[in-house]
Amino acid sequence: MKRIVIVGGGTGGTILANNLARRLERELEAGRVGITVLSASAQHMYQPGLLYVAFARMAPAELSVDEASLLRPGIDFAVDPVTAFDLDHKEVKTQSGKTHGYDYLVIATGSRALPENVPGLKESAHHVYTEEAALKTCAALKAFEGGRIAVVTGVPHKCPMVPLEITFMMYEYFRDRGLLDKVSFTYTYPIGRVHSLENVAKWAVGEFARLGIHYETLFNVKEVDGAKRQVKSEEGGTLDYDLLIAVPPHKGMEVVETNGLGGSGWIPTHRTTLAMEGREDVFVLGDTTNLPISKAGSTAHYEAEVLGENLANLVTRGLALRAYEGKVFCFIEAGKDRATYASFDYQHPPEPQPPTRAIHWFKLAYNRLYWNSVRGLL
Amino acid sequence: MSDTKIVDARGSFCPGPLMELIAALKDISVGDELEVLSTDQGSAADIPEWVAKVGHTLTANFEDQGVYHLRIRKAK
Ligand SMILES: Cc1cc2nc3c(=O)[nH]c(=O)nc-3n(C[C@H](O)[C@H](O)[C@H](O)COP(=O)(O)OP(=O)(O)OC[C@H]3O[C@@H](n4cnc5c(N)ncnc54)[C@H](O)[C@@H]3O)c2cc1C
Repeated sequence: MKRIVIVGGGTGGTILANNLARRLERELEAGRVGITVLSASAQHMYQPGLLYVAFARMAPAELSVDEASLLRPGIDFAVDPVTAFDLDHKEVKTQSGKTHGYDYLVIATGSRALPENVPGLKESAHHVYTEEAALKTCAALKAFEGGRIAVVTGVPHKCPMVPLEITFMMYEYFRDRGLLDKVSFTYTYPIGRVHSLENVAKWAVGEFARLGIHYETLFNVKEVDGAKRQVKSEEGGTLDYDLLIAVPPHKGMEVVETNGLGGSGWIPTHRTTLAMEGREDVFVLGDTTNLPISKAGSTAHYEAEVLGENLANLVTRGLALRAYEGKVFCFIEAGKDRATYASFDYQHPPEPQPPTRAIHWFKLAYNRLYWNSVRGLL
Repeated sequence: MSDTKIVDARGSFCPGPLMELIAALKDISVGDELEVLSTDQGSAADIPEWVAKVGHTLTANFEDQGVYHLRIRKAK
């Protein structure tokens, strides 16, 4: 029997497991193939919903479902996080003390926000990268009656659209509360323009001018002085605030680092085969790769589709046929009722379209359709 | 000094070569170098500007067959 072990039951791991179970249905039934998903949580959370939780437009309970209910029959699933990777002996060890041998291993353990890695940021800033943090942000926004709002972004971070989206959503949130004359907004960004994608940056600068949102580029947060309500940047700048909203810097999972698989939890990954560098039987998916592309659910999704086809072919005829071309697709919320999107790959830059209501409604629909998407039904 | 780490940011539209550099600098020690590979002409200008502003050292900057090579030594 060929054993495929997938570590991580989030976006990438779940899509891959279902894709493989569909392609290898006969092999699974005949016992020629086994697919095991090991995860750290029984629940699967739709993380993009956390942004809406901050604005009281979604409730946390709407964002999670049982992972087991998302997986196709025939897939073994255990909530038993991996604690050790022994790649030379082709096995992983779990928290409960079990050892799982594999023929093919896929690592899709995601990434985590670490506000504590910037002095003062955890104590002084609000963010939306965990349920608890999104709820606190919601309360802080509700309590805010006026003053200076600053947005700072750490590097690297998942979902490249969050800095802009949260800024535009806050603008409309305070406009709806009739507080725009009492609130000022300063948006900062680590590189020399307001977004990584040049076309998106051009569009956003126009929007900032129209809405009176200040911005500062080449601004990397170095430390936050909560008592003075001041942010200092690596570049020597300072920024005063009354309400600080952060996109914290991220790392991969600690288990990836402690097992020596990759610095900061990012695993060196081949850009088209998705194999871990130096290994033919280990593949990497989603946020935890070190690929120079957006850490986004859509990235994990496209990677999982390529890997699903390749692994199924490897198992059945020893041959991987498809290359991952770096495809990413991101919706961009441009306020509360309009949105646009960016679609690009290693060779083709995005050409964003003007925001429309239709795209916004599609994004809202996708917030619900996500579950069908990870089940492999879309 | 350890081997120079390569940051392969070819074809990176988002987050892009400068953001990849900023992230990768967190994983090397002061005094060590890394080399960013980029196919984006803009980053050939952006990266030196940022490196100078923050106080790291640009030790090489050249183009070879459409790929920009930028070597940076971490100063702090
Ligand atoms: C606020 C917010 C907004 C976002 N907006 C968007 C958006 O609009 N569009 C978009 O495309 N993306 C968005 N994202 C990003 C998207 O959610 C992630 O990029 C995506 O979930 C990554 O998928 P993944 O499979 O790599 O990791 P995840 O989905 O995070 O899954 C990781 C899995 O690994 C498991 N795990 C962790 N450690 C272990 C271990 N030791 N052993 C076993 N299992 C383990 C976890 O339990 C989890 O199941 C957003 C994220 C946030 C937080």
